[in-house]
Amino acid sequence: MVVFEKPKALTDAPFHYCPGCTHGIIHRLVAEAIDELGIEGKTVGVAPVGCAVMAYNYFACDMVEAAHGRAPAIATGLKRCMPENIIFTYQGDGDLASIGMAETVHSASRNENITIIFVNNAIYGMTGGQMAPTSLPGQVTQTSPYGRDVETAGYPVKVSEMLSTLDGPEYIERVAVNSVKNVKAAKKAIKKAFQNQIEGKGFSLIEVVSTCPTNWGMTPSNALKWLEENMLPYYPLGVYKDRSAAKKEEE
Amino acid sequence: MTTQLLIAGFGGQGVLFAGKFIAYKGLMEEREVSWLPSYGPEMRGGTANCSIILSDEPVGSPIVSNPDVLIAMNLPSLDKYEDATVAGGSIFIDSTLIGRKVEREDVKAFYIPATKMANDAGIPTLANMIMMGKMIKETNLVRFDDVIDTLKKIVSAKRANLLDANIKALEAGYNYAE
Amino acid sequence: MAEKVLMKGNEAIAEAAIKAGCRHYFGYPITPQTEIAAYMAKRMPKIGGTFLQAESEVSAINMVYGVAGAGFRVMTSSSSPGVSLKQEGISYIAGADLPALIVNVQRGGPGLGGIQPSQSDYFQATKGGGHGEYHLIVLAPASVQEMADLTIKAFDLADQYHVPTMLLADGTMGQMMEPVELPDTPPAEVEKPWAVRGTEGKRPHNIINSLYLDPELLEKTNFERFERYAKIEENECMSESFMMEDAEYCVVAFGIAARVAKNAVVAARKAGLKVGLIRPITLWPFPKKVLAEAAEQVKGFLSVELSMGQMIEDIKLATACKKPVELCCRTGGMIPTPEQVLESIEKLAKENQ
Repeated sequence: MVVFEKPKALTDAPFHYCPGCTHGIIHRLVAEAIDELGIEGKTVGVAPVGCAVMAYNYFACDMVEAAHGRAPAIATGLKRCMPENIIFTYQGDGDLASIGMAETVHSASRNENITIIFVNNAIYGMTGGQMAPTSLPGQVTQTSPYGRDVETAGYPVKVSEMLSTLDGPEYIERVAVNSVKNVKAAKKAIKKAFQNQIEGKGFSLIEVVSTCPTNWGMTPSNALKWLEENMLPYYPLGVYKDRSAAKKEEE
Repeated sequence: MTTQLLIAGFGGQGVLFAGKFIAYKGLMEEREVSWLPSYGPEMRGGTANCSIILSDEPVGSPIVSNPDVLIAMNLPSLDKYEDATVAGGSIFIDSTLIGRKVEREDVKAFYIPATKMANDAGIPTLANMIMMGKMIKETNLVRFDDVIDTLKKIVSAKRANLLDANIKALEAGYNYAE
Repeated sequence: MAEKVLMKGNEAIAEAAIKAGCRHYFGYPITPQTEIAAYMAKRMPKIGGTFLQAESEVSAINMVYGVAGAGFRVMTSSSSPGVSLKQEGISYIAGADLPALIVNVQRGGPGLGGIQPSQSDYFQATKGGGHGEYHLIVLAPASVQEMADLTIKAFDLADQYHVPTMLLADGTMGQMMEPVELPDTPPAEVEKPWAVRGTEGKRPHNIINSLYLDPELLEKTNFERFERYAKIEENECMSESFMMEDAEYCVVAFGIAARVAKNAVVAARKAGLKVGLIRPITLWPFPKKVLAEAAEQVKGFLSVELSMGQMIEDIKLATACKKPVELCCRTGGMIPTPEQVLESIEKLAKENQ
């Protein structure tokens, strides 16, 4: 009996992520979705700049490494020249919600038929813990040493809420990977985001609320607790937009 | 033999179109040609001009700063380019819009009330082609035959109904006697 | 070859790109090259291609990066300020060794500058432009026919050497109309086994990437790329020599400046001066050999540029400063007249008898 198996859509390369980091879980969920849908051979992924910069070594499908924030533009190019292929991006909060905000918003408004996995851990990980566009008010980081002051640094960007105001996108859902129950829900959402693309429905973005124990300065278990107590109230989970479901309801 | 032509007027007077007609006619007569517009934000009402060169040799610079033939469709154009015209050259003037005469004595001047003629003939947008008709008559820069074939190259299919009006304008200019 | 038609330079680029098999165009409007985008917007949907007006130049070049990674012929076009915005993406495309065409129909700068023709992006185009060490093959057309021919050539060179290529034109070249003949022959199919089009489960995954955290590996990659550059310099230099056989003075100019300079050379010959013109067609690789040979023959050079003097540095390098190199230039959107060039030739001749 097989109890545990590595998804085929992941390579054998060992992850470089820190202990307790949730990128590993999210990679696995994406790979499982690809396996279950049987699309690995025609999938092209786009890796970001950030902690997941080397995701191109971990996913077994063809991969492109993007410039910081530009993954949705690259995915647009890939999808436009290969509409039958499955294109996804995997991006962090700095990449997607700060430097790449224009690419994010416009690929959503064009309803590009792509899948975006957006990992929100409220901090810049790779560069060592600076304030992210999604850092919470009062959150201490290397570049907000006295806590994020909304008077000078502004407020966090609620990506799912914001994108769901657009007419373009097909599907926007926020999930978390802090508990078995939430991981299961995250898996379902990610799979749906790929399924939507297979069916030609258009732009799907799954925001995954996750942790960064190293740069938050916590143990992995405390980080999960901090996520529950601080992030989830600010970033409520749920489906923010589901155009097909809304259409069905109207009918 | 190289002839440098400058057509100048307001945006909206069809300066570029008239130039395109001459350039295409030259091309169809198997000559070397170039056409260069002034470009910028003034689509309507500003100044517009267009350099056309017809030659038996490959065209060097496409920029006409000293025209052999000047078509002045408004006063600022005449003021600006009269002195630049080469000695022995020709200046064609829309005398409906330009009240003054050419001051130089070493160029040939032709006065055509093109805007009035166009209005009277019910083709108010085609003063430009009346000027071209007269210019062809006086300079023989291109032949006055098969103009319909040239027009068909530059008038879009959607506006094919304007072909006859263009020919009418060209003929009116060609047959105009001062 | 088909019948000769009168086309704007910008339109000739667009139609030639289509003839070269380019089916994907991404751009953002900017004067004086917008006709390229407009032409593509009209044509691409009718031939099953992509026209996409991106949200920015930055996005446009990254869409190009995506399509290039998938191994299809792809292009973008812009004018100076927009090309600055594309530099990030161009560096990545060069770093990932991808073929793509970038068209720069230059206007005056710096900053927002103006909209009139200029050649002041010469340094940016020929020395790299973005961060890191790389080159684009830079082609400088001087007629509408060359706008078309060099566009097709640019796609071929890009595929052959896995490098981004740039067509460096200017506002005059983009806006002027001249007769053009476009080829009917379809482009040669090029195998691109490195492209990301899905593994189909038949091969290990391909990765399009410019990241090498191991400095030894990055150095090796750069060495290999520069070996390719050396081959390009050896094989692909292009220039036109005009009246150089017995020339005692040599005018060097490219693009629209060469058109103006040609008039001046003809006028100087009529005045009894033995002057010729060398017109670089590739700006990178710069036709060093032709200039070095000319340095053995002539008494002096005159660089004619629509900038404060940028190519003049490459002329001095190519000729090892063996003969004086003078400058005749206008900038900011102004174009030198043949008379101005002739005066400069006369001055050069007088000072270097």
